[in-house]
Amino acid sequence: MSTTPIDTWAVDLADVTYIYPWVGSEVAMVVLAVVLWLAWHVWQVKFENKTYEEELAKYGTDEHLKKGVEEH
Amino acid sequence: MDTDVGALTVIFTEFYYWITVALMFLIHVGFCMYEVGASRRKNHMHTLMKNSMLIPLVTITWFLFGWWIYWAFAGGPGITGGIGHPVDFASASYPWSREMGPNLGADGLGGRITGVFWAAFLLFAWTAASIVSGAVIERIRSFAFWMFAIMIGSVTWSIDAAWGWSYSGWMVELLGYHDAYASGVIHAIAGGTALGILVVLGPRLGKFRDDGTPRDILPHNPWLVCIGLFLIYTGFWGFYVACNVPLATTGYIDGQLIGATQTATTIYLTPTTLSAITVNFLMSLSGGMLVGYMVSKGDAFWTYSGGLAGIITASAGNDLYHPIQALIIGGIGTYLMYKLHYWVERTFKIDDAVGAVAVHGYAGFIGVVIAGFVLWGHPSSPYEGFAAITPWGQFAGAIIMFWVLGFVPAWVLAKILASMNLLRIPREIELLGLDFASAREREAAQHDVIAAKKAMV
Repeated sequence: MSTTPIDTWAVDLADVTYIYPWVGSEVAMVVLAVVLWLAWHVWQVKFENKTYEEELAKYGTDEHLKKGVEEH
Repeated sequence: MDTDVGALTVIFTEFYYWITVALMFLIHVGFCMYEVGASRRKNHMHTLMKNSMLIPLVTITWFLFGWWIYWAFAGGPGITGGIGHPVDFASASYPWSREMGPNLGADGLGGRITGVFWAAFLLFAWTAASIVSGAVIERIRSFAFWMFAIMIGSVTWSIDAAWGWSYSGWMVELLGYHDAYASGVIHAIAGGTALGILVVLGPRLGKFRDDGTPRDILPHNPWLVCIGLFLIYTGFWGFYVACNVPLATTGYIDGQLIGATQTATTIYLTPTTLSAITVNFLMSLSGGMLVGYMVSKGDAFWTYSGGLAGIITASAGNDLYHPIQALIIGGIGTYLMYKLHYWVERTFKIDDAVGAVAVHGYAGFIGVVIAGFVLWGHPSSPYEGFAAITPWGQFAGAIIMFWVLGFVPAWVLAKILASMNLLRIPREIELLGLDFASAREREAAQHDVIAAKKAMV
């Protein structure tokens, strides 16, 4: 038993093709990858927006804006 | 070299490993930038020299005994064979062996390609020592660090490679240990070594408040730290390529594989392709960076470190994983190592200045263990009688790497050095800063020049 198609190397290498685990689950893996990728973007845009809100709540006063403008 | 094809194969193999050495140099440029950036300004030149001098010291000791250990200890010795098991390359690896000089007498090991293979392994040895270097900055004595560098670079990593990163190592034969791109044999052992030192060395002055909560000792140049990490990624390409054998016939492998097909292999002489590791390197890097960014809320240092941890986690099985498996494994390792870093810091008051124990040690350990499940049942070797990969074999291997060969020898040596007052710099030097004296000399030199110019006006 092996998670990969190979459970022994006592083979003719000419007969060996795929060597990764769980051959046949490619579509499921792609779906998972797409879901994770998009979920990252959803998390990131919310995090970025929240960060700007918090920073402005703390530093959005005229005094800080004037100081910020003078920094290069 | 007496046929055109034979000659081309030898020259290609020689050049292949040579290129990896040149690329792996970038790992060390990166480590220097990373550690210098991470230290406070008043310590940065000493930090640079502490890391840089491991280069000649590990080189000399790798020549004198490190290389011999790799070829001598695959059987334990005394576990699956004696010194030099199974084919005696060890006698060609003594520093006085004629085979260690320029040699046209044979094509393979013991002949034309000895030097480049030695050099590729040397760069791995430098890497193991350099990983430790970052964790202990700003308070370890240079002498002490260089003792640890020689220990890990030319003794303990060489033993772990003989055992678990060679085609005949006893850990491969009996445990089915599989660690193609060195999650355990370089990264876990280096992380364990760093932790063994840190437990004795103690934190930097001011790192922990009276109530035990940690303060952030910030890098003096965070941009340099991140570009250093980026250079480490670049050099890591050479590391990955050097871990493979570029081209082998089934006859050369001389195991159970038959047929006329030639292939690239891992160090275990199991078939893989350069393409596989190229894609998996990139995917595991990406998984690590994405999770590193998320878990650290966009912190540059932890995003870049996360990318590295992602590669390190997936390295044990990147010869075999599907790219999406490498992506997810990279992400899992990064999440766990980040959480563990802060838990260990809070709970045990461990001051790891650059997160080396986490990025390398925990990620490496976790990567070895994950490979046991994801690659369960895959043959570890083309040779008859070698165990298959299993979760328990990998777990035992991870323990050997991180604790037995990593943590324990480092802790023992640290205790010995501490008892001789040779481990930590004097408290007053730490308060002044390691570069204090040279900074005053620099100021004096500047004043001297300025005074001379003023006199001309």
